[in-house]
Amino acid sequence: MNALRDILSQGAQMSLVLGLAPLLTGFVRKVKARLLRRRGPPLLQPYRDLIRLMRKDVVLADNASWLFRVIPYLIFAGTWVAASLVPTFGNGLLFSGTADLIAIIALLGSARFFQALAGMDVGTAFGGIGSSREVMIASLAEPAMLITVFSVAMIAGSTQLPNVAEFMGSDAVGLRVSLGMAFVALTIVALAENARIPVDNPATHLELTMVHEAMVLEYSGRHLALIDLSSQLKLLLYVSLIACVFLPWGTATADASVARLVFGALLYLGKLTVLGFLLAVFETSIAKMRVFRIPEFLGAALMLALLATLLRFVSGSL
Amino acid sequence: MIAVALWSVAALLALVPAGIVLSTRPRGSIILYGGCLIATSTLCVTALSDLLYFPHLAPSATLPIGLPWLGAHFRLDALSAFFLVVVNLGGAAASLFALGYGQHEDSPGRVLPFYPAYLAGMNVVVLANDAFSFLVAWEFMSLTSWALVVSHHREAENVRAGYVYLLMASFGTLALLLAFGLLASGAGYDFDAIRASHPSAALTGMVVILVLLGAGSKAGLVPLHAWLPLAHPAAPSHVSGLMSGVMTKVAVYGFVRIVFDLLPEPVWWWSMVVLLVGGPTATLGVLYALMQRDIKRVLAYSTIENIGIIFTGLGLALAFKAEGLDWVAALAFTAAMLHVFNHALFKSLLFFGAGAVLAATGERDMEKLGGLIHRMPKTAFAVLVGCVAISALPPFNGFVSEWLTFQAILLSPQLPSWGLKLIIPAVGGLLALAAAFAAACFVKLYGISFLGRPRSDVAASARETDRFSLTAMLVLAAFCLVAGILPALFIDALAPVSKDMVGNIMPHQVGLQWLTIVPIAESRSSYNGLLVFLFAALCGTAAASAIHRLASDRLRRAPAWDCGYPDPNLAIQYSASSFSQPIRRVFGSVIFAAREIGEMPPPSSPLPARLRVELHDLIWDALYAPIAKAIGFATDRINILQFLTIRRYLTLVFVALIVLLLVVAL
Repeated sequence: MNALRDILSQGAQMSLVLGLAPLLTGFVRKVKARLLRRRGPPLLQPYRDLIRLMRKDVVLADNASWLFRVIPYLIFAGTWVAASLVPTFGNGLLFSGTADLIAIIALLGSARFFQALAGMDVGTAFGGIGSSREVMIASLAEPAMLITVFSVAMIAGSTQLPNVAEFMGSDAVGLRVSLGMAFVALTIVALAENARIPVDNPATHLELTMVHEAMVLEYSGRHLALIDLSSQLKLLLYVSLIACVFLPWGTATADASVARLVFGALLYLGKLTVLGFLLAVFETSIAKMRVFRIPEFLGAALMLALLATLLRFVSGSL
Repeated sequence: MIAVALWSVAALLALVPAGIVLSTRPRGSIILYGGCLIATSTLCVTALSDLLYFPHLAPSATLPIGLPWLGAHFRLDALSAFFLVVVNLGGAAASLFALGYGQHEDSPGRVLPFYPAYLAGMNVVVLANDAFSFLVAWEFMSLTSWALVVSHHREAENVRAGYVYLLMASFGTLALLLAFGLLASGAGYDFDAIRASHPSAALTGMVVILVLLGAGSKAGLVPLHAWLPLAHPAAPSHVSGLMSGVMTKVAVYGFVRIVFDLLPEPVWWWSMVVLLVGGPTATLGVLYALMQRDIKRVLAYSTIENIGIIFTGLGLALAFKAEGLDWVAALAFTAAMLHVFNHALFKSLLFFGAGAVLAATGERDMEKLGGLIHRMPKTAFAVLVGCVAISALPPFNGFVSEWLTFQAILLSPQLPSWGLKLIIPAVGGLLALAAAFAAACFVKLYGISFLGRPRSDVAASARETDRFSLTAMLVLAAFCLVAGILPALFIDALAPVSKDMVGNIMPHQVGLQWLTIVPIAESRSSYNGLLVFLFAALCGTAAASAIHRLASDRLRRAPAWDCGYPDPNLAIQYSASSFSQPIRRVFGSVIFAAREIGEMPPPSSPLPARLRVELHDLIWDALYAPIAKAIGFATDRINILQFLTIRRYLTLVFVALIVLLLVVAL
């Protein structure tokens, strides 16, 4: 019975993240448009885009290799697996023991590794510039993320997300300086990893500052659809991660009743709305940075994360 | 057991004279490498069965060679067995690879006799049970590898590499000699006697520093790494694979054997020294690697990074052991040993890949490669596996050992010592940086050499490599995947090693549900490579088949889009230097004193504009160059003594005699 419920819960989680990811992107776009006093595309536009792209032919560059055709599926698989391991509405996931937070980050790292390779496969200047900048950003964002995880894991005494969420929801947390620093660091990393303003601009094309869009320039049709869907999943993952670690209230425990699960799901939708809204507000109120300002921005995250970890070493209660 | 091992080593030594004869025959290399393959496979299987089934027997043997009153002692305990597996797995793979690759050799007479001798030397180091045999084998290993480094002696660069290597190897052996001298002062040369003795704290401290210098210089710890990126790429590729993948591990063995086994209980400051060297080695090694454009040199620098990771693990193990937390020490030690094994696998694989590319194109410079995935698809696949594995990405093996090291770091707030409390988070940060840089480095290596369009005619006309080389690479790639998705088997096999060295073992892993690995407790952390792999494979194939069936599976080829401005010029692609330019700009200005110098000719001048990049190895400039200068200065002064008149020589002899008499009299 328990096993059955775990399987159902895991399946629900996998379909939930897949189904919600385009909606979150659509919502952020809509709010951004409204803040700029535009009407904006409808909320469901990302779904339509994905379906349209999937139905189209793939136009493949003449010298694209087999790797180029496999990579969209690899990226999608890695991101989807990672996203389905972050607790959203409930903690009782069948496969939560499969990968802890470090492994989830590493899975996203695999996806990025392949994405950067895809940018170099066709041998165009745009692809190279995208990949080169992506690995530069990643070489700072990934350590910042890992060290943030260190500080959170040392406070919670675990790297397993359900346990971290449970600990953060309990009274044992208290008010800690290091958690505040970790939160800021995680937010900065999330902005960089998802190619949001001020690090990258998800709305432009043909701009010399572009990073993510430059890497996927040669993709079309179903391949592009999968890569877009993976980016949307990644945004959802990071928002869920922040919600799970820093706003853990209402997440259903492993043995919760159905009513609690539904309540958890509703609360999760609420958290997504609030965080998505904040992201849109942040993005409209700040300008895009020059590429070589990004290391300073990410360096701040790295330093904050290191400081948070050091504080934890210095004193158990900070 | 040990008899089989020693006979196999003897067989390897017997192949040395055979190598001299065979080097003149057209098919001689096949016979020689075949013989090495058989001998190393036998050794590997023997050691593996010893490690798995009789780890606590530790059979020993004494041969009547070496010092007459001592003899040569050999012993096969769990640690030796594990390192024998690493050495001979790498040795067997290299021999298999060389069955095909060795036929490209221009002067087989300079390679064939030394190759089996080199393999035998490494095996004897691991088996030796007294200081004399250990040092003789160590020096034998150094000299034979030196001979292989200078086998292509007509290139000036290789001769210089050989010279620097010889100097550093002598320095390392000297340090080890002094260390053993100190240890043997109260006990004798036999390891068993050294173990039983009780040296003073000051003496053990000096031994630890000397061993760190001696073994560390062979392993490539910063700042003793200067020879490694010169010497490893200079050798033929299968030997490069052995030097990077295996010989550095023999150096790690030397460190572990002396510091964990022969010395008494560790003191906390030892771990401090090891961590302070290990962490920066990891980050600096990979940053150097990122700046290179020669494939084999990238791989050599990346070896330095991995050695840094291994020594960080060993440092953590020492710290926890010194503070009495031996269950965490077991975790850190197992992580380090697992990384020893993993690095031997993927670094050999990558060097073989570089060798295959070198044989197919004659180029090691990435700027002249590109698009090899079309012309060497199988090599490209194997190298891709190696690149993902070495970048510590799941589901491959590199990730497992790094993950275990991180888990040990997460337990370090329990350490009471303040120095360690402040250092370990910084070391954790350095390791995290190194992991991210490694991914960047191997995106560059793979993307520039194997993807894109060919940057030269040789790259455009490359052919797939031979069957033997491919088999060697694919077998290693398969090992990388298996060790990544079934790490529980490998962790359990390491239990006797960790029991012997740190006195405790990690919890038993095989038999846990779904083959998950749980280093401490389920509530703390767990990872399951198998499920991650299956889960991702399932999601990927499900997505592919659903989309192909329900949406569209049509595909059409067209010229590249490139924002509407595709340029047929091949030079428009990103190059190795331009790829690393952002990282060079962010980190290099301090660490390498990097400068970009633009030379713009005046208007109307037909000269081309140039952009030069200057990188400095600050460690070389600050440490090695002054020493070399001081020695040069001193030898110039002493040189005068060679050109004196007979009267002055006589005066000199007379004065020397007087001084000696005075010394004797006083």
